[in-house]
This record gives sequence, C-alpha cells and structure tokens, in this order.
Amino acid sequence: MEIKVSYDRNQGGKKMELDENATVKNLLEKMNINPVTVIMSRGNDIILENEILKDKDEIKIMSVISGG
Amino acid sequence: MNCCNNPKVFELSNKKLCKEHFSEYFESKVFKTISQFNLIDKEENLGVALSGGKDSLTLLFILSKLAAKNPKIKLHAICIDEGIEGYRNKTIITAKEFCKKNDVPLDIYSYEKEFKMSLDKMLKTLDIKPCTMCGIFRRYLLNKKSKELNFTKLATGHNLDDEAQSIVMNQFKNNLMASARLGPISGIKKNRAFVPRIKPLYLCSEKEVATYAFINGILDDFTECPNVVKSYRAQVRDMLNNFENNNLGTKNAIVNSFLEILPELKEKYKFGEAGMCKECGEVASKDKCNACKLLDRLEKAKTNS
Ligand code: SF4
Ligand SMILES: [Zn+2]
Ligand SMILES: [Zn+2]
Repeated sequence: MEIKVSYDRNQGGKKMELDENATVKNLLEKMNINPVTVIMSRGNDIILENEILKDKDEIKIMSVISGG
Repeated sequence: MNCCNNPKVFELSNKKLCKEHFSEYFESKVFKTISQFNLIDKEENLGVALSGGKDSLTLLFILSKLAAKNPKIKLHAICIDEGIEGYRNKTIITAKEFCKKNDVPLDIYSYEKEFKMSLDKMLKTLDIKPCTMCGIFRRYLLNKKSKELNFTKLATGHNLDDEAQSIVMNQFKNNLMASARLGPISGIKKNRAFVPRIKPLYLCSEKEVATYAFINGILDDFTECPNVVKSYRAQVRDMLNNFENNNLGTKNAIVNSFLEILPELKEKYKFGEAGMCKECGEVASKDKCNACKLLDRLEKAKTNS
C-alpha cells in the first residue's frame, strides 16, 4: 500500500510504499526515526505506534525535541 | 488496563490514555510538582518566560488555569526576541496571539534594542557557539527585566528532558557546581539580585508536553531553532533519546536520582551574596558579569573587522 508522510520541514509530504497491515511503528523504523522524539497524527487525531495503517493514509510526524 | 474506550493518544509504561484522561494525568502531574516542591505561594506576581514554543505556551496555559482559581496569583509573560531570522519572529507571533487570547500581559525585549545587535549579527561578528552566546544574554535580560517588573518568581518551561540533559552535561564536563543551581526551584536565598526561578514542567517529558499542546490546540508546529544542531546539548539529547528508546525510564531515573543528591550539592556549593557587575549592576561572579564581558568582546571584534 501507499501512504503519504510529512515529517517536519518536508511539509509537502512524500509517498511511501509499505506492506499491508504495516503499523506506525514499522513506518518509523523504515524512516529511521526514534519514537521518543516524535508524535504522529492522522487528520487531527494523534495515533500511537501500534496503529495499523491503511492505503492512502496521510500521516504527519512531528518532532518534539526543542532548543538549547 | 487502559483508561476507557476512547481513542488513545499516549502510551505510559503500563497503560494507554485517551485525550481527556491524558490531559487530566498531565495537569495533575504539574500541579503535584508545584505543591511537592513549593513552587508557587498563595500570593505571587509571577513572571512567565514565554518563547512561543510548546513548553512555555503549555506552561502558561496551565498556570492560567491555576490563576483563574487563585485571584491572588497574577501572571505576566515576558518574551526575549534574540533576533533569529526564520524562527523567533514566527514564535513571537504565536506568543502574542496566545497572550491576547488568554488575557495575559506580555512584554517583549529584543537583543537588537537592548544590546544594539541581533543574535544573528552577533554570531557573524564573533566565533562563539550560538547557544552559549544566546543563553548568556537571555539569562541576563530575564533576570534584569524580572526585577524591573517586580516579579516574585519567574516560571520557565524547562521539562524533564531539559533537566536530564543539563545533569548529564554537567557530569560530562565535571561541573557539579552548575548542577547545584538546577532543580525545580533555584535562587531561593534572600538574595534580591536574583529572582527565583521555578520549573513547573520539571517532571513532564518533552513528548508529554508536545502531546498535551497538540491535543489542547495550543500548538501543532514544533519547529526548532536552526542553531540547535550545533550545540553540545543536542549531542547529549540525542544520546539520551536513543538510550530512552532502548531502556524506558532512563530520563526519569536521571532526574529522580539527581533530586536525591541535590540538597547535598546545594549545601556543598552554597552561593553567598552574589557579586555585582561594575558596569550594569546585574549579578556577577567577579566584578563584571558575563553579558558585559561578552559585549566588550563583540565591540572589539566589530572595530577590528
Ligand atoms: S537553540 Fe540555542 S541559539 Fe536557538 S534559541 Fe535556543 S539557546 Fe538560542
Ligand atoms: Zn480515557
Ligand atoms: Zn554587567
């Protein structure tokens, strides 16, 4: 399946190919993102790592780490 | 053992929480921190250092709830505009809108006006790590303006991650004296040169704060300062986050064990009456404060170039 992901400055979003029934956790692993450092949303709702993704999902990954 | 049947927004070590129950959990953690460490008295003219980022906005949001129930607690936000193009100008707009909406007075002080030079310009003039330069001037202005505005205390948005990083950084640099100034409240001595600082978000992780900010509509853009990648702190931060990911609870453990030895540290490094800067009258360890020293160097670099 194909989903659309936006991650911080890459706001436009990029398309990603994932296996059927892949979870948010799989997505983060594939993108090499430490889950401690982000929160994720689909539409206006936060989703957790065990959430199963669906074809055409639009996922936003937001980095939560801050300044010096 | 989850809270209820609503969709979940946060995963703790032993359960998942929905929007409503997470907000409840988060707020009660902050209020508990405030009472456990005696951060806020019944009557305060409380300054809130507001950057327009998620931590300080969340802090002000929760303190507004507290102030609404306690009319003798007055809130007053102050914002430091370092002059970081493409970053601070945006967060300041957020800060202004937020204060207007929540009816909190806000004062903004800029490096440009106070030091005749923006941080961007300073960094082009002198080769110093951005956060070192930025931090010295920000601490200076926050303390100076807090006194001018008669704040009884100044609340900052420091969270669990910030504190864990500071503790580890000070260890790595063999600087326990700096750690003695950490903790949820500092500068309580009857030293009028220094306005006490409190950190109500002390036990809340960065991820918890971001989640709370997002679900309560406080902020949904967590862009970070473009300078932060270069800092020593950022290295420690990334290391701790990797560690946390493999060993849940690491940051909590760092802060909790630190709290256990903090009283001894404070005793060992008792700070007497702070000295006074000959040039500006602010707190100084010798006869000139760090900000004035740095301004001298900037002035020299400027005339030499
Ligand atoms: S990250 Fe560094 S340079 Fe940027 S605002 Fe924070 S202290 Fe200043
Ligand atoms: Zn619930
Ligand atoms: Zn000075």
